[in-house]
Amino acid sequence: MITEAFEFHTPEDVQSAVALLSEHGPEAKVLAGGHSLVPLMRLRLTTPSVIVDLNRIPQLCGITTENGSITIGAMTTHATIEHSAELKAMLPVLPAAATLIGDPMVRNRGTIGGSLVHADPAGDWPAVALALDTQLQLVGPHGERTVRADDFFVDLLTSAVEPDEILTNITIPVPTGRVGISYQKFAHPASGYAVTGVAAMVMLDDADVCIDSRIAITGAGAMAVRAAESEAMLRGTDLNGGSIDHAAEAAGSGIDFLGDIYASEEYREQLVRVYTKRSLIAALRAATSGHGAEAAKTI
Amino acid sequence: MVTYPITMTVNGTDRTDAVEGRLLLVDYLRNVLGLTGTHVGCNTSQCGACTVLLNDQAVKSCTVFAVQASGGIVLTIEGMATDGKLHPLQQGFWEEHGLQCGFCTPGMILSSYDLLKHNPDPSEVEIRHALEGNLCRCTGYQNIVKAVQYAARNGVLSVPAEESAQTVGAQEENGVAG
Repeated sequence: MITEAFEFHTPEDVQSAVALLSEHGPEAKVLAGGHSLVPLMRLRLTTPSVIVDLNRIPQLCGITTENGSITIGAMTTHATIEHSAELKAMLPVLPAAATLIGDPMVRNRGTIGGSLVHADPAGDWPAVALALDTQLQLVGPHGERTVRADDFFVDLLTSAVEPDEILTNITIPVPTGRVGISYQKFAHPASGYAVTGVAAMVMLDDADVCIDSRIAITGAGAMAVRAAESEAMLRGTDLNGGSIDHAAEAAGSGIDFLGDIYASEEYREQLVRVYTKRSLIAALRAATSGHGAEAAKTI
Repeated sequence: MVTYPITMTVNGTDRTDAVEGRLLLVDYLRNVLGLTGTHVGCNTSQCGACTVLLNDQAVKSCTVFAVQASGGIVLTIEGMATDGKLHPLQQGFWEEHGLQCGFCTPGMILSSYDLLKHNPDPSEVEIRHALEGNLCRCTGYQNIVKAVQYAARNGVLSVPAEESAQTVGAQEENGVAG
């Protein structure tokens, strides 16, 4: 189907883009990679009358590292992250997770910022961003602000970004020490979206006792969430001693599970247990082997 | 009706038009330029029949507006053969029986071309991974994989003449990958 007609704008800097959003109010929609928005527009599930395309703003693209943290421009594509030698060396879970998104053509256009702001309940980046304690920088008509990933995913398809704001970049602190990070997902066989995906980070001391852990789940409920109860159950324990099993059992507590034609609520609840366990085991393996990260998907 | 001026190089030919913002790249190629080798399959960004190269990257042209491609370089299936001679990938699909109905073939070839440019000697797993976004309902994929292997095996992958001279400059000018 053809979308409704719209005015098309291609600002060349962030300030111009923000000005356009302020001028047109709720009628305007930001276009990033377009792989969520354009299909929604074609189905006329959304009918913006003004499109503000961010694809011609070079400063929104790219990966920089400084003082032990990584900053990624919001318009950086999944493919750029997937192939980044710098990220493979510094935080390999990012390229590994990027490889699991959609297909090569989707990754060539789709952007990390678009995925985060769209807050699709089955998106991959929301879980990874939560597990990595990501900070998201927003720019609006009244200036800049920074939001933590924990406060960013508000509800179904709803992020903390206001209609007149733009996500410009995200910053991720690179964890140091004996750290393992994993992202494991059960992918929908047609779309590749996460029916359930779990990102897990574990930090160990020299005796393999868990000092810190972050677990984040996508695909299960209205939005990606952390499994705080499970994280607490791991801290201070030897992860080889059964605490992973207990944490995985508790991972779905507090989630109002989605059910659809492909996976029932009960099935997603079970997937959360299984994939939390798999992700924690993979993260533990990564931490103890020194490899740092693992990611995999099952169809 | 509000229109926007666009210019792009399609298979080596410069094109200038005025189009509505909502005109999709695939509809521009098919309905305005008459290049009907790029197919419309699912219309929902899943099947890959509409795959073309935009600025040296395989994209689903049903999910890109034509105005977004302005200033860019586009390669479609019509630009693959040179001087009446099939491109090695096209030859591979011919030799290995890589198509039956042929509907997915242009997209398969453009996606495979994107793969081989970056990875001239891919493993079978890498080929299958690279073609995840292209659906075929006839072949069962076995012969498509063989066709890509044929192309990889048969000498250096040749770059279509129209594209080779201009791709580098366009990428530098554009600077933004989408």
